[in-house]
Amino acid sequence: MDRRKSLKSIVLGSVAGGLAINGCKPGAETPVEEVALDPTAVKWRTDRENEHVAELERERFFNDHEAATMTVLCDLILPGGAEFKSASDAEVVPFIEFMAKDIPQMQVDLRGGLMWLDHKSNTEFGTEFKSATEEQQKSILDGIAYYDPDVPSSERPFEVNFFSLVRNHTMTGFYTSKIGIEELGYKGNMPNVWDGVPQDVLDQHGVSYEPEWLAKCVDQSKRNIVAEWDEDGNLIS
Amino acid sequence: MQIIENSTVYDAIIVGSGAGGGMATKVLADAGLKVAVVEAGPFFDPADPEQKTQLRWPYESPRRGASTVRPFGDFDSAYGGWEIEGEPYTHKDGTKFDWFRSHMLGGRTNHWGRISLRFGPDDFKHKSIDGHGDDWPISYDDVKPYYDKVDKMIGVFGTKENIHNNPDGFFLPPPKPRLHELFYIKGARKTGVPVYPSRMSMLTKRINNDRGVCFYCGQCSRACQVYADFSAGTCLIFPAQKSRGQVDLFVNCVVREVTVDDEGKATGVSYINKEDRKEYKLKGKVVVLGASACSTARILMNSKSPQHPNGLGNSSDIVGKYLHDSTGADRMAFVPDLMNRKVSYNEDGVGGMHVYSPWWGDNSKLDFPRGYHIEIWGGMGMPSYGFGFNVNEFNKFFGTKVGGYGDVLRSDAKKYYGALVGLSGRGESIAYKDNYCEIDPNTVDEWGIPVLRFHYKWSEYEHKQAIHMHDTFEQILTNLGGEVLGSKPGKEADYGLHTPGRIIHEVGTTRMGDDPRTSVTNKYQQLHDADNVFVVDAGPFVSQADKNCTWTILALSWRASEYIVDQLKKQNL
Repeated sequence: MDRRKSLKSIVLGSVAGGLAINGCKPGAETPVEEVALDPTAVKWRTDRENEHVAELERERFFNDHEAATMTVLCDLILPGGAEFKSASDAEVVPFIEFMAKDIPQMQVDLRGGLMWLDHKSNTEFGTEFKSATEEQQKSILDGIAYYDPDVPSSERPFEVNFFSLVRNHTMTGFYTSKIGIEELGYKGNMPNVWDGVPQDVLDQHGVSYEPEWLAKCVDQSKRNIVAEWDEDGNLIS
Repeated sequence: MQIIENSTVYDAIIVGSGAGGGMATKVLADAGLKVAVVEAGPFFDPADPEQKTQLRWPYESPRRGASTVRPFGDFDSAYGGWEIEGEPYTHKDGTKFDWFRSHMLGGRTNHWGRISLRFGPDDFKHKSIDGHGDDWPISYDDVKPYYDKVDKMIGVFGTKENIHNNPDGFFLPPPKPRLHELFYIKGARKTGVPVYPSRMSMLTKRINNDRGVCFYCGQCSRACQVYADFSAGTCLIFPAQKSRGQVDLFVNCVVREVTVDDEGKATGVSYINKEDRKEYKLKGKVVVLGASACSTARILMNSKSPQHPNGLGNSSDIVGKYLHDSTGADRMAFVPDLMNRKVSYNEDGVGGMHVYSPWWGDNSKLDFPRGYHIEIWGGMGMPSYGFGFNVNEFNKFFGTKVGGYGDVLRSDAKKYYGALVGLSGRGESIAYKDNYCEIDPNTVDEWGIPVLRFHYKWSEYEHKQAIHMHDTFEQILTNLGGEVLGSKPGKEADYGLHTPGRIIHEVGTTRMGDDPRTSVTNKYQQLHDADNVFVVDAGPFVSQADKNCTWTILALSWRASEYIVDQLKKQNL
């Protein structure tokens, strides 16, 4: 981002952001200068949205022990190795930290679940979860990592739902990161010219294009020629 | 606090910069008029590299695009949503209506689905066909020339199919179907449901030298940096600013009311500038309201004067009545034949579907009077918040364990990537007088403006239509080889119908008609009660059709704006 431009947007944002804060919490003394230095502000969000993000970034949810335990847990869910990067390589725990503040309904389940893990580990192995051996950790996970999808989640044990919550967010956090998208192999989000499904893919899935349908579709070699029609609406360019 | 008056007298003051207001701005400015455009939100230009969200990656959002703040996710280009802090609305008698507002230049056109369907001949005269609702005072033939002009100016792809109630237009060529759409074609045909290339306003081919051509990122909901899809800001307001007229943009300005003189004619508008929270007045010969059907009704009902004691244009007490939204219901299926996909290619395509099914049924043989069209979704989309949730739940179809941890989750994510197909029905509801918005006498927003209170109920016709949708979806999804997910929603779930307002096709609040006792505007969208006030959003719609409303808003706004130019020339206003 161009520094001059970013300063301009920050200044604009600070005034409105300050107003928004004072509007929401009458009497709250929030120095405008503090908001003005917010590095998370971007022009593609509104001032109010920027302020909300900055507020969440200023809060802290996981304490050091919880963050360390989460790191161990998320790396068991998506471990690193010769072929793949780990959840912590993709900074999954900071993402979950943000989401816990963004969707506060998760907080009790996350925090309570981490306490459950330590209690279980202390009871069975005499040590908290993060310090247990990988074998011991996995033996705990084996008891909570599987579920019957035909049983509604409201009827599944708490610790199973806790693990599903962490697994879901580990998966999302990882596969929405740069390394996760690369691993998945998603090829989009860049300018291109769509000209149909490749033949080998059609063959693999046992479908084909009908010639009559294709005849109606865009001829990509003429896409830059300005459209003209006859009076009946037939494209003639 | 004194109200600050601007001494300029505009030829026209246009309230709102979406499809209706944008088109009025373009037509009036092209005619050389001096217009003021008053928009409640900020300036927005998706060509601004810092303001655009197009081509951003999920990791540029700390919530990875989750919908915590914007209902369609962080990268969706509609500022606002169902709830806006400081701008509430209320409900009556325990009924529900969810009102989506987007305050920004271009309004909701920055994120809409670009499904651009003309209404057909039957859609303007449905009462004559089935006895429900009312006929429009105009016919398809009155609107056709304007649909043609909109097609040529803005651009819409599609194909000539010669279907009676889905008229052809001046189409750009459509893109080829994606893989999951080939499956849909197969399943729909087996079910007896016809399928055609969709009709959407993206430029698959150059339409002029000011706008770019689609580069197939699939992100039209984020607004296009090369202006290759239709948004009112990029395709109407910006060109209007380059025309021979004068266009003064007033952004972050919320219109409170239309002001009138002793004879009850409009003199302009009063608005609140959000930046200094002060009230201002603008003067104009004509006031053109395009604030959205409900916002326009609100402005009119709040414009009370000795000359218009029930609100402007409301001597009939019809303003706010006959509010209706499209019906909507959705279903999806897991398709085993779409498993283990090659990720060797980019199938983002245009934003949304490449194929669709217009209404095919004969309502005289069904237990509900109006139809719906089917929209199709699926494919290997860009991951965002929610990707990988319940990653291997489809294992249940193969009798293998669900859940787990470790590298198996990676292979499961890839195995099932792109193996979902979803269908959405979007249908016509009947317009009822008892579905309405009115002013809530007990509540104001943070700008001190009285807010809307909604009263809305679906009728048995919408319920029966929704049942038909789910029956049809199950057949199509089964016939394309899918395992239908979820169960058929029953009475307790309103048969799967979305809450009214959720499809964001609010229309009907200032309906047009020849009789001033039963309508708000005449067939030129001119208030019966004040001839220099026009409504160019979807308020004047008498009925919705099983189409989307934007293309008709554009055509009708063009038609009304030409009438305004003509009447100004004749000094009739």
